[in-house]
Amino acid sequence: MKSLAELAALREQALSQIHMRNDEQDGVRIVVGMATCGIAAGARPVLSAFLEEVNKRKLENVAVVQTGCIGLCRLEPIVEVYLPGQEKVTYGKVTPEQVAKIVADHVVNGKVVKEYTIGEIDK
Amino acid sequence: MRELSLHILDIVQNSISANAKNISIEIDEQAETDMLSITITDDGKGMSEDFLSEVISPFATTRTTRKVGLGIPLFKEAAEETGGKFTIESKLGEGTSVKAVFGYSHIDRQPLGDIASVMFILVQGNPQLDFYYKHNVGTNEFIFDTKQIRSVLGTEVGLDRPEILSWISECLQDGIQELYGGK
Ligand SMILES: Nc1ncnc2c1ncn2[C@@H]1O[C@H](COP(=O)(O)OP(=O)(O)OP(=O)(O)O)[C@@H](O)[C@H]1O
Ligand SMILES: [Mg+2]
Repeated sequence: MKSLAELAALREQALSQIHMRNDEQDGVRIVVGMATCGIAAGARPVLSAFLEEVNKRKLENVAVVQTGCIGLCRLEPIVEVYLPGQEKVTYGKVTPEQVAKIVADHVVNGKVVKEYTIGEIDK
Repeated sequence: MRELSLHILDIVQNSISANAKNISIEIDEQAETDMLSITITDDGKGMSEDFLSEVISPFATTRTTRKVGLGIPLFKEAAEETGGKFTIESKLGEGTSVKAVFGYSHIDRQPLGDIASVMFILVQGNPQLDFYYKHNVGTNEFIFDTKQIRSVLGTEVGLDRPEILSWISECLQDGIQELYGGK
């Protein structure tokens, strides 16, 4: 069982770093649809995969956030990626296996994974 | 929906949409009495009596992107097909409580699934809300309470700091594993 003493130590560590934290304004946002349609289609493991990937790569300026229904239920799980100053990109029918590539190519290197976008899969 | 933990994730999204600040999730697994119950309680905006009487039908929804609401009817059906029962109580301005009871050993009872990941996702995605999670398996009990975590962290350190989230993730994984006699 994790101890609260360990948590208190983490708090001290976090406090010492808080002033160095840069503004999150110009960060990347990864948005996962988590309404009934998304969850039923498998959004939970997709969201977990994004969290793990971002954590593993220690990407500081990337926020993984959840939203309600995006309104395209049949293409769920849907993931929107917002890069600062760019138009949003929407991926559809995302699987956990695709996540590493989206993070590596798009989030880190700025190259959209075209074949996973809703425009392509809906053809 | 194939896992009870996914229904929980979904029903809690309703609480979040209803502007709840405190959400409690209680799971009680009792093989001996052949019962598994899930109770989700929130202090969100609640529902009127009229709306509540319709909400178990898929056509009651206040959502705008789709004409039917599925979350509650699906959860109700999952309970009822195991010989269990489903109740929902709500008071406008006070909150809502949803309870589903399942036949523990019934062949159609969905597995609980990865509840640790679901709880983690809820905290990660809503670090400003308070979650109280209580899970009993037989006589074992695990309680996870973000209020307690906050009392250690104080106001300057949020639940969404990466090192705090890692601790939360491990706390949930370990605690739930121990419930089933793991480790
Ligand atoms: N905890 C709650 N507090 C207040 N209102 C609720 C709550 N849960 C459900 N409702 C109301 O009941 C409606 C139906 O809920 P349900 O989960 O069945 O469908 P939905 O949330 O509208 O859509 P879906 O779950 O399919 O994405 C909601 O639109 C909301 O108006
Ligand atoms: Mg719902």
